[in-house]
Amino acid sequence: MSYSDTIRDVIEESDVAIFMKGTPQFAMCGNSDRALQALRRAGAPVTAVDVLPDPQIRQELTAISGWPTIPQVFVKGELVGGADIVEELEQSGELERTLRERLGDDFAAAREERAVSLV
Amino acid sequence: MPTEPLRTLLEREFPDATELEVVDRTGGGDHFQVVVSAPSLDGLTLVEQHRRVYDALSEPLGDGTIHELRIKTRGTT
Repeated sequence: MSYSDTIRDVIEESDVAIFMKGTPQFAMCGNSDRALQALRRAGAPVTAVDVLPDPQIRQELTAISGWPTIPQVFVKGELVGGADIVEELEQSGELERTLRERLGDDFAAAREERAVSLV
Repeated sequence: MPTEPLRTLLEREFPDATELEVVDRTGGGDHFQVVVSAPSLDGLTLVEQHRRVYDALSEPLGDGTIHELRIKTRGTT
């Protein structure tokens, strides 16, 4: 089976989507955790997808995004970057500005963490 | 893998680099940090800048030689 349709749905329909190794409760990789922590500091409403249960998830995600590494963070369907970029944008305040612009001023009010399983 | 071949790949992609650094973060030859400043990065978004680094290193990234890569890029203006 293919995950591509579900992956595209998550990217398009989530305010903020992160494809990571592990779950928000238990990140299995330092970079996934760094990106997640930066999103939390910015108050982002996060939808998280664990890529570890099937290697095919990662392959199909990379085919869609053209981004070779995990994690990958999307805001309103647009790739924002991996851990380094998300951390850098959070530190400069730009991540919060982006969230405000694309999700509206009260983006943090809807703050939630949702884990989506593809398998 | 040692840092030198990665450096060579990056120099090929960024002949204009004003700063180019490759660090083996753990000493194990598979966790690297690269820093690149180049005028050809001016005006690109961070995603576009990092894509150029990924393109330059696509081979060692693709075959798993690089297990983890941290990237810091800047334009020069």
